[in-house]
Amino acid sequence: MTQSSDGKPDPTQPETEGDLSGRRERLDRELKRRSDLKTAEDAGTRNPRSDASGLSLAMRVGSEFVAAIIVGGIVGWGIDRLAGSSPWGMMVFLMLGFAAGVLNVMRSAGLMKKPGD
Amino acid sequence: MAAANDPIHQFQIVPLIGDGPIAFTNSAFYMGLTVAVITGFLMLATSARTLVPGRFQSLAELSYEFVAKTVQDSAGKEGMKFFPFVFSLFMFILVSNLIGMIPYTFTVSSHLIVTAALALSVFVTVLVVGFAKHGVGFLRLFVPHGIPIFILPLVVAIEVISFLSRPISHSVRLFANMLAGHITLKVLAGFVTMLSAGLGALGLLIGIIPLALAVAITALEFLVAFLQAYVFTILTCIYINDALHPGH
Repeated sequence: MTQSSDGKPDPTQPETEGDLSGRRERLDRELKRRSDLKTAEDAGTRNPRSDASGLSLAMRVGSEFVAAIIVGGIVGWGIDRLAGSSPWGMMVFLMLGFAAGVLNVMRSAGLMKKPGD
Repeated sequence: MAAANDPIHQFQIVPLIGDGPIAFTNSAFYMGLTVAVITGFLMLATSARTLVPGRFQSLAELSYEFVAKTVQDSAGKEGMKFFPFVFSLFMFILVSNLIGMIPYTFTVSSHLIVTAALALSVFVTVLVVGFAKHGVGFLRLFVPHGIPIFILPLVVAIEVISFLSRPISHSVRLFANMLAGHITLKVLAGFVTMLSAGLGALGLLIGIIPLALAVAITALEFLVAFLQAYVFTILTCIYINDALHPGH
């Protein structure tokens, strides 16, 4: 509705050379209107991007959980081998690995704060 | 026939030059090819250096800006010191994944040893940078604030296990995604030939279903190839951020 008065030169007013600042002002307004439109469009097309990062988040969570249990098991097994305390080290560290796995999952899901925060 | 339909056959390591433990294998060839493609692309793209970028130059600028934004978002301005490292990792994984999508090629990142080497290089970088910048203070990473003293040993043990599990989840994720994707693709495509060999014209007709699935999964695999390179990169940035700021 304002485009005719904004964008196009008004035919009722004769354009002169001294009208340059007025024309630049109109140009600025028109450019701003278009860039605002573009940012609004960009905001509308953000959704596919967040879908892709959601998929990557889902892939992260599973491996984070399993990896911590594996590390817990390996650490416990190593302690058992060194100290001859089989099977207690593995039992304790598997449980700790399980806890670390839950911690990893919660952290990668953004439900827990980062260490040291 | 057996080799043509064997879904694991594509991951076989074949020595090309020489033999024994230090032979030049197909895996090494494709790693070299990846580096050559990246170097050639970036040199070609930046040779013109025009103010208004051409196609290749804008592609190169796009990849630079993408990685730079990822680094700055996750690791801050200070993390830009590690930009060359992160950019190399991203381009290597992305290009090797994309080369692996060409039929009859070899996918480097479908071998755990390759992704584990990449993840361990990140892990060692984090350890070295962390201890070099903060000394013993880097160990604050494992000690959260506001924890009662009597459960602190338990929490520290859990944090240490969580930290040690990083390179495993980091490498297994990339490896498992590429391996599973390529096996799925091969199995589905194998159905088509097996059906037509077994049932003739009727089999060929039924084969349309797995063929359509294979086409759809090929598209998904291109997404996964990019996504896994991105996930690897963003996790690298997060880990480097831990090394730079262990306990805010």
